[in-house]
Amino acid sequence: MSEIGAQELMHVRVKVNGQWYEADVEPRTLLIDMLRDVLGFTGPHIGCDTGHCGACTVIMNGRSVKSCMVLAVQADGSEIMTVEGLEKDGKLHPLQEAFWENHALQCGYCTPGQLMSAYFLLSRNPNPSEEEIRKGIEGNLCRCTGYVNIVKAIKAAAQKMADAKMS
Amino acid sequence: MSKASPEIISTYKQDSSALTLKWLGKPLKPKEDYRLVRGRGMFVDDVQLPRMAYAAFARSPYAHAKIKGIDVSRAASVPGVLLIWTGEDLKKRMRPLPQATPPPARNAIDYPLAVDKVRFQGEPVAMVVAESRYAAEDAASQIDVDYEPLPVVVDAEKALEPGAPLVHDEVGTNLIAHVHYKWGDVDYYFQHADMVVEGKFHYHRFTGAPLEPNAVVADYDERADIMTVYCNNQAPMEWLPQLSAGLNMPYPKVRVVTRDIGGGFGTKLVNYVYMVLASLASKELRRPVKYVETRTENLQAAAHNAERTCYVSAAVQRDGTVLAIRMKCLDDDGAYARHEPAGMTVWAQVSTGMYRIRALENDFYAVFTNKCPSTSIRGFSRAPHLFMIERMMDRIARKLGMDPAEIRMRNLVRPEDMPYMTPSGGLYDSGNWPEGLRKALEAADYQGWRRKQEELRRQGRIIGIGVVVGSDSAGPNMAQVKMYNPGLPYTSGTEGALVQMTPDGKVRVTLGTSPQGMGHETTAAQVVADVLDVDYDDIYVQTGFDSFTSVYTMHSGTYGSRFAPLGLSAVYLAAARLKEKLAKISAYVLNCPGGDVVIEGGKAYCRADPQRSTDLKRIARIAYGNVNEMPPGMEPGLYSIAIFRPPFQNPDENKRANLALTYSYNVHVVVVEIDPETGMPRILNYVALEDSGRIVNPLVVDGQVHGAVAHGLAEALYEKYHYDENGNLLNSNFVDYLAPTALEVPSISVLHTETPSPFTPTGAKGMGEGGGTAVQAVISAVEDALAPLGGELEESHADPEVILRILKGTSS
Repeated sequence: MSEIGAQELMHVRVKVNGQWYEADVEPRTLLIDMLRDVLGFTGPHIGCDTGHCGACTVIMNGRSVKSCMVLAVQADGSEIMTVEGLEKDGKLHPLQEAFWENHALQCGYCTPGQLMSAYFLLSRNPNPSEEEIRKGIEGNLCRCTGYVNIVKAIKAAAQKMADAKMS
Repeated sequence: MSKASPEIISTYKQDSSALTLKWLGKPLKPKEDYRLVRGRGMFVDDVQLPRMAYAAFARSPYAHAKIKGIDVSRAASVPGVLLIWTGEDLKKRMRPLPQATPPPARNAIDYPLAVDKVRFQGEPVAMVVAESRYAAEDAASQIDVDYEPLPVVVDAEKALEPGAPLVHDEVGTNLIAHVHYKWGDVDYYFQHADMVVEGKFHYHRFTGAPLEPNAVVADYDERADIMTVYCNNQAPMEWLPQLSAGLNMPYPKVRVVTRDIGGGFGTKLVNYVYMVLASLASKELRRPVKYVETRTENLQAAAHNAERTCYVSAAVQRDGTVLAIRMKCLDDDGAYARHEPAGMTVWAQVSTGMYRIRALENDFYAVFTNKCPSTSIRGFSRAPHLFMIERMMDRIARKLGMDPAEIRMRNLVRPEDMPYMTPSGGLYDSGNWPEGLRKALEAADYQGWRRKQEELRRQGRIIGIGVVVGSDSAGPNMAQVKMYNPGLPYTSGTEGALVQMTPDGKVRVTLGTSPQGMGHETTAAQVVADVLDVDYDDIYVQTGFDSFTSVYTMHSGTYGSRFAPLGLSAVYLAAARLKEKLAKISAYVLNCPGGDVVIEGGKAYCRADPQRSTDLKRIARIAYGNVNEMPPGMEPGLYSIAIFRPPFQNPDENKRANLALTYSYNVHVVVVEIDPETGMPRILNYVALEDSGRIVNPLVVDGQVHGAVAHGLAEALYEKYHYDENGNLLNSNFVDYLAPTALEVPSISVLHTETPSPFTPTGAKGMGEGGGTAVQAVISAVEDALAPLGGELEESHADPEVILRILKGTSS
């Protein structure tokens, strides 16, 4: 019986969207569960139990991770950015604007993950080709859009961000 | 079979005089998208309530087994466990789920938890509710079930053989339903046709796999004695009777709520089993209970489409005219009839496709097997019907040495025959289908590709071109279920809406539908803005459905591509009535000569004296507060409720009826190349033409086309359920199931023709499901590529192994 059931809690401290949070969680708690159920960041979603769908994608220490594949204790001391952290001063991030303008979503369930993967992609490659965009969101399943408008929106956002830099 | 009679057309014709066409057709940024790009959607798993408990299930590893005993003692000792129920516990608390099937299939006993035996792999056997999701899953893993495996039946044809294992012993057969329909003089055409062409086809098993799995939070409020069920069901009103009966609570005490739903594609029509279980547990525990499926549970046990096998023959003239079709079909509906066998009759009228085929006969059987129960997956029913006819068209063309585009052109319903009545009484509303086909062929450079195909073939490359036509028959007449069970008291297809101008002059809208990303808030607001001629931004559409505030009928919901034809029609009617009332109050307040007032741009003014004007905000204040300024005797308030009722009728004694309100049209032209090493097809070019009547919002419409194409491509090339002979499902996670990523789905060119439907006030037609046309198109293209080798595909899934066998000349 000893291996079944709750285990001793561990203290975890994470900086989410610029603010530090702490919580005591079971060692087996997934980062996504801590973000959603303990800290209330319900933007990232859970779409599978095997790390394939990408709906839970967040940025952890500058890299995109599937937060269902990370234990909360592994994230101790990390800086995390969820979809809720994209807006600045009440203004949508260019990626969010582009997703809205291009209707790059339908049900919106995969969107927070798509946005974070796109954010990571553009942080590494500000001017990606279509092929690079598709590769960049390969780990994020969308069942509604056929990815057509998502690819379009990421392209548009890259352009927007480049234009903003020049102006 | 011919142009519909003027009497029928006049019954269906709708008045659209309230449209201003100022807001319809614009690519307005979708209202829903703003919250969703900010991660502020409200999905069921986002609902957090105080003292909430969590459910998890122990599920059957066997496809068919007797339950000899269940020992819950180890599970009960897991800390945090609050409740454990088996089928026996449930039996004491509820009646079996009602069966819509005819006898003897209706003797099947269906509980949300297996009783006595399990009938498919993944069937829930016991439910645990615990303090946390983790504890619930811990405990569910500790439930010990003593199974005695039974012989399994996974093949629909074998299921009907004498001595086949019985899925439901109390039914005595695996036959769920049989229906025979014969429309037009089939025998005559088969006797007199120049030739008969035959084919056998199989429409394979897949699912919709929305990214959000099934989920429910049931919250019993003891003080108010109200059960609130937050769910992601696509048509919660269809299941309220079950919930109400199961809980022994009247409708006004059961509140069913949907908010954002993370995709559905038909799979979420049947998740009421979890709604019932969570509600019963919540009442028992007097705590909110949440259940969220895992992906494996979703793929294994939520809902698949019904597989269909058809033996088809066509009576054909030498010039390519197809006169009549005769079919024998068999649907494999899985272990329970929770939605099916509806597919055997739903939209049966599109079995003759988009063509002037004169007669149709179908002998249709639906059976139980030891597989996951089936439901209506995107493209439901019309997709397999159209698959058969489109595959036949290709075969006939090859037999006659005709081009597949040409044979379609020859047989398409002509614009001068619209509205057109099919042999089954279906009423195709509008469209210039040959024109659409020409346009799509041109956009895809069809002739150019045909030339290229020849050139590339000489270089050893294997190129195929598919060109198919189809329809998303939309806005279902539910009376079609009477074709297999005449006793069902469920007819027509209606939808409700409320349009209220609030005292501040803004507009509040509630809908009867439960959308899953189809942009209902957006398109409803556009229709309201258009009719009332007020600003789109001043219109607030309530997200989702709430049985305590939404206007509903028992048909309400989001399935069958029904929002544009039925939902938007209700919105239109409610807005038009509100506008009439606003006009009456305004004319009185402004004292317009002859009462002649114009409502425009958020204002009202006298036609004879435009200087005499007021904004509608003032009228709204008068209607709710300054009531003495209203016309004497007029009822205060600006609430407008409408329920749209199409002039549907029940099938007649020959099972003839119009079964959908609108028939959108699509043409897909696709070019594939097959890898000779792997047998895997790759898309080189994809063009989809859509005529869905008046386009309300092109962003929404194109998005639906993209999605339908992606689903169809996935089904044809990647997604197929594999059961072994013991009923084990071999691919129940996203990787094995091969849900395509952005690397697999190509870019898709979408173009339109726009022929408003005369049968809806907005002119819009339903189109969201896409009719499965992409499946047909891809299979058509693959078969075209293999044609020089004499290869023909039987299935709706282009299995690379089958393709390789054809390429290597080793196919049987």
